[in-house]
Amino acid sequence: MPAPEDHWLDEEAGPVVRPYALTRGRTRPAGEVLDLIALVTAVRGVEVDRVGLDPEHLALLSMCRLPASVADLAADLDLPLGVVQVLLADLRSLKLIAVHHPTPPAQLPDMQILREVADGLRRL
Amino acid sequence: MASAGSDQASGPPEVPVTIKLLVAGGFGAGKTTLVGAVSEIRPLRTEESLSEPGMNVDILDGVERKTTTTVALDFGRITIRRNLVIYLFGTPGQERFWFMWDELARGALGAVVLADTRRLADCFPSVDYFERRQLPFVVAVNCFDGARRYHPADVRSALDLDPVVPVILADARQRTSGRDVLIALIEHALQEMQRRRAPAAWAPAP
Repeated sequence: MPAPEDHWLDEEAGPVVRPYALTRGRTRPAGEVLDLIALVTAVRGVEVDRVGLDPEHLALLSMCRLPASVADLAADLDLPLGVVQVLLADLRSLKLIAVHHPTPPAQLPDMQILREVADGLRRL
Repeated sequence: MASAGSDQASGPPEVPVTIKLLVAGGFGAGKTTLVGAVSEIRPLRTEESLSEPGMNVDILDGVERKTTTTVALDFGRITIRRNLVIYLFGTPGQERFWFMWDELARGALGAVVLADTRRLADCFPSVDYFERRQLPFVVAVNCFDGARRYHPADVRSALDLDPVVPVILADARQRTSGRDVLIALIEHALQEMQRRRAPAAWAPAP
């Protein structure tokens, strides 16, 4: 499958835009790109070494004490999605967050969950 | 539901299920209106391709300031119950944002294509995209005031849709109408998944 990441800037571009100064010019996260609806949870009981972490890293950590989606975090922090994906990858590599990847629809264990979604929508 | 593969001591007891739905269609077809009618809507900023040389970006400006380098998506969330949440993403309408569609479509359950009968051709690219990706979609004909009402069969024929693709008349401003569109999409996706899991049971006409 062609990598959609090909469309992002590479590192040579440098910190062209202010938000990317936060990521020191990195436009690709370390490792796999976190899905928009992946759920992120701060790992509890871990001593956070604040050295090397930006205020935005710390803000993200406090925002995901309860599971929060990548999209929710980006919207709440009002930073571009790509920037938040890079910052979250940093936190993941420091083992400060746990990531719950969404189940691809084709791998849902049963169809009951979708019937529940339709019924839930009817009650809206 | 057991928490599969979770070995952290403080992990949640139930595996949360998140569902991604897309809302596509041409510019002005009512994507923002639909997402806003059925959910709490928030803008989600993302990056536009920075390929144009000589773009004038003042990097000394505040982070908060919107620059030409980002594009806002419509993002909405519907909580069905704890650990079961629908996320809605309005796809950017302009062609130069196509690169974002792949990320948005990855792992999506399905899509709503909003059609404006005054500019039906505007939704051709969305229909093409979802057909090629084999992503289940429904076409919602947004009935604008003053627009001539079309029969869904006419729209189906004009868009040359597969007979299984639902075509629904809708009013994107109405919460109940938007909700019904989403229900139709979920039911269609459910049928498509069942059909794909049992391919022999259903043979499409060539």
